[in-house]
Amino acid sequence: MKLRRDPFHAIADPTRRAILVLLVAQTMTAGAIAKNFNTSRPTISNHLQILTECDLLKKEQHGRKIYYQIKPEGLKEIASFIEPFRKLWDDRFNKLETIMKNYQSEK
Amino acid sequence: MERKTKVHAEDNRHDILIKREFELPLNLLFKAYTEADIFEQWMNTKVVKFDIQKHGSFRFETTDPSGNKHGFNGSIHDFIPNHKITRTFEIENSPFPVQLEFLEFEKRSADTSQLTIHMIFKSAEVRDQILKLPFTQGLSMALNRLEKIVNNL
Repeated sequence: MKLRRDPFHAIADPTRRAILVLLVAQTMTAGAIAKNFNTSRPTISNHLQILTECDLLKKEQHGRKIYYQIKPEGLKEIASFIEPFRKLWDDRFNKLETIMKNYQSEK
Repeated sequence: MERKTKVHAEDNRHDILIKREFELPLNLLFKAYTEADIFEQWMNTKVVKFDIQKHGSFRFETTDPSGNKHGFNGSIHDFIPNHKITRTFEIENSPFPVQLEFLEFEKRSADTSQLTIHMIFKSAEVRDQILKLPFTQGLSMALNRLEKIVNNL
């Protein structure tokens, strides 16, 4: 397996963030993960592939089933990333912009 | 989706830069920082004190999804309307030391403006811990939600 991707890229996507959150609580198969989303199974497989390549997930074979689980060391690394902080401010500023646009048109 | 808000944080430094361009005239952007009722809306908080002028101070309280109240406060050191606000900011009842914030408001065109916030922290370690807060909070909130869902099964 090659580690060609940046973990930053991995957590930039909301579905991939949601997958990580799901897997913090338990290990799951790709099928069980996909049931939590409205997207197609191949899309979820693609997200899982990216997360694995970014060293945030590992696969473990139990009989016929493959379970995905979080790699805590990888997750710890992304905890230092600033994306959620940026997102927090982006959300606030988007709200500010909307409120002030309404304020402007009310005048 | 376009990333309108940019955060620049270099490794091992005790400061960060936040930049955002708004589709708003400069005076409206500035107003969002000086009118308590508008500030409350976009910061999703409750203003307790809001004396936004040179040597003034402010305090607000935010209630989290679990109903806990978190206080924040600061003092205004410099205030030039439609140009800049220099203030301190402190998270109450936390181990984090006060931080210094330089807010610069600039006109880009008649209908657009830009805000640059330069935040300075006591140390690089403190900065990194504060940057991580939304990540850990987001994660724990998501986990709490999951826990509720699981408990209701």
